[in-house]
Amino acid sequence: MDTRTREDSYTEPGVSGMVADWAADKQAFDMPWGKLMMWIFLLSDTFIFSIFLTSYMNVRMSATAEWPNPSEVFALEIAGVHLPLILIAIMTFVLITSSGTMAMAVNCAYRRDRRKTVWLMTATALLGASFVGMQAFEWTKLIVEEGVRPWGNPMGAAQFGSTFFMITGFHGMHVTAGVIYLAIVARRVAKGRYEQKGYAIVEIAGLYWHFVDLVWVFIFAFFYLW
Amino acid sequence: MQHTALADQTLELHDPRSFVTKYIWSQDHKVIAIQYGLTAVFVGLVALALSALMRLQLGFPDTFDFITPGAYLQFVTMHGMIMVIYLLTALLLGGFGNYLIPLMVGARDMVFPYMNMLSFWVYLLSVLILLASFFVPGGPTGAGWTLYPPQAILEGTPGVDWGIVLMLVSLAVFIVAFTMGGLNYVTTVLQARTRGMTLMRMPLTIWGIFTATILGLLAFPALLVSAIMMLLDKLAGTSFFMPALVSLGESLEYTGGSPVLFQHLFWFFGHPEVYIVALPAFGMVSDVLACHARKNIFGYRMMVWAIVFIGALSFVVWAHHMYVSGMHPAFGFFFATTTLIIAVPTAIKVYNWVLTLWRGNIHLRVPMLFAIGFIFTFVHGGLTGLFLGNVTIDLPLSDTYFVVAHFHMVMGVSPIMVLFAAIYHWYPLMTGRMLNEGLGKAHFWLTFLGTYAIYLPMHYLGFLGVPRRYFAISGTEFIPESAMSLNASITVSALIVGASQLLFLVNVFWSLRHGERAPRNPWGATSLEWQTPDVPPHHGNWGPQLPAVYRWAYDYSVPGADQDFIPQNHPVSDDERSNAPGGPA
Repeated sequence: MDTRTREDSYTEPGVSGMVADWAADKQAFDMPWGKLMMWIFLLSDTFIFSIFLTSYMNVRMSATAEWPNPSEVFALEIAGVHLPLILIAIMTFVLITSSGTMAMAVNCAYRRDRRKTVWLMTATALLGASFVGMQAFEWTKLIVEEGVRPWGNPMGAAQFGSTFFMITGFHGMHVTAGVIYLAIVARRVAKGRYEQKGYAIVEIAGLYWHFVDLVWVFIFAFFYLW
Repeated sequence: MQHTALADQTLELHDPRSFVTKYIWSQDHKVIAIQYGLTAVFVGLVALALSALMRLQLGFPDTFDFITPGAYLQFVTMHGMIMVIYLLTALLLGGFGNYLIPLMVGARDMVFPYMNMLSFWVYLLSVLILLASFFVPGGPTGAGWTLYPPQAILEGTPGVDWGIVLMLVSLAVFIVAFTMGGLNYVTTVLQARTRGMTLMRMPLTIWGIFTATILGLLAFPALLVSAIMMLLDKLAGTSFFMPALVSLGESLEYTGGSPVLFQHLFWFFGHPEVYIVALPAFGMVSDVLACHARKNIFGYRMMVWAIVFIGALSFVVWAHHMYVSGMHPAFGFFFATTTLIIAVPTAIKVYNWVLTLWRGNIHLRVPMLFAIGFIFTFVHGGLTGLFLGNVTIDLPLSDTYFVVAHFHMVMGVSPIMVLFAAIYHWYPLMTGRMLNEGLGKAHFWLTFLGTYAIYLPMHYLGFLGVPRRYFAISGTEFIPESAMSLNASITVSALIVGASQLLFLVNVFWSLRHGERAPRNPWGATSLEWQTPDVPPHHGNWGPQLPAVYRWAYDYSVPGADQDFIPQNHPVSDDERSNAPGGPA
């Protein structure tokens, strides 16, 4: 019978350490189950977004009509200056900034600095909410001014509007859910609910938030820059 | 960050007190498993009735006025979808996965019981949405279980107004339910095993369910996305899957979509789905065979790796369902190759099952009969898979009854044989009663021989070129009269097999009250689920102390041991250590 205990396996470096971890009893990963469950969920969610984006690429390549030029469609006139993709650039910047505040919140949570954690999580949620707000503005402009509909648009292939509303809509729902999730966790942190259990929950919420940001980077690259 | 492993945590158990919290809004994995099981069996019976109606039409055409061509297509569609998703997936993972995972790995419950409970109720919701489609105007969809566009959402297909929408919504809801359950199963296996339960000591049942759940978590997203896109095509007028086309003399608004994209997405889900059903069955049958042959499973490690390898390969074979859809020949070559490679780990598993039986002390009890029956049906269904996996042989056989025969043998009959084996095997644990042996044997022989009477002739129909999904084939020149007689005989067999399932239902419900009281561990099994302090196990499974595991799950007929089995939670004695150097750790 193998008499090694879990603690021994930490001393083994590299591949043999990993094998020892997996060969151990009780648990395969040294982390709370909630964190592992979030990782597995995100893996599954990664497949959802990958399939959305792959379908989008397929649809775009097989569309019979011409694909509208995104940098023209998503341009704004600000003070008489024509700025392609300016709104998307701001949105991306906001979302990536929110990842930064989230990472700081996780750090503060593990150091048990409750006040700062709550403050940083609130900032993250607000940045996320402003992202959704800008997205609502973008949708409104597209629908009202440009006449883009899910079933067609004046600029070219009908699938441009379909994939745009579907994919950014699905992502926007993820961000909205994340904002609500962060708000709930922040409130509970403020009330001191995790003093006993520990603050892994902040990191778990953070994992979800970073994932949503990362997905946006891919949507940005494949939809707006292509 | 330090944290305590779940198996080391001293959690307080909140025992449910009222009837409602104990049996309705229950968070106990065992109750949830039974809820899943009963719901799945109920919809399964609906699907069985639909297949009987289909067979009546095929065997005796022009006899039944109420079976119109449209209704026939609706029966085909609902039968397929219910059987594959709402019965097999739900019963194997939601039912047996829920019941067996915590018990077999030595946990008190799933890691997140509340989400586990939600999983069942959301599953029930998806079933209700699906069944609702029988009662809406136009009835359920008749698009075939693959729901291929463009026909699935075009005028002329039954259920195009409501049926297809309810079907897609129901699938999306089912996926939500599965994800909540699946996250629980995977995390429980990885993080909540008891002391001494290493991954390589887990019973193969757990390996099968674990791998299948991972497949589900990665494959169902493709179905979710295609369901969303088709819903948008149907309701919002988008053209993801819909090319410009003329329907009933009118050109439609759709333009520029790709129907083949749907096929890719659907089969990227659809092929792993085959193994989502098959892998838990592989696992459970291994345990039943080893237990009733009183012999350790042959090649345990190889069996584990075969399960993992099959699971991984199942993601790169999907286009073998699309050989006739129009594909670059190089892709056909690639997908044929990967498909045939899957035969290698699968054959290893079959050899190992047979070698487990070889010179074993076989007890031909009812679970064992079904398990051995599975080996037969699985080999038959698997061999025809080799025909269909090759592009050149598939082309003439595609869309004939040969395909129907193949997948019913390999994916219908085989997992259901295992499900019966599993129910007969674990029923004493779940209820504390034995099932009736005589009724069980009658049920087995009628089912086993009956399925051969149904599906063997279908291979010949396939060679004759009889197309599947057709409402009636009479008056078709190239199909000889004898095909009709064959169809009639298949229908008679199918009705007999269908009716013989009543024996099973009677047995299950009668034995609940009047069955012989089950002794503790009636089959002399080694795995942990039979070593609980109470049978059936109480809430929390293990009493005050979690069990500790000292050995693998297959110590049957160990030389020098007192009994012909040693449970996993028995410490290794000094005798054993000196007697068997190099034996399984």
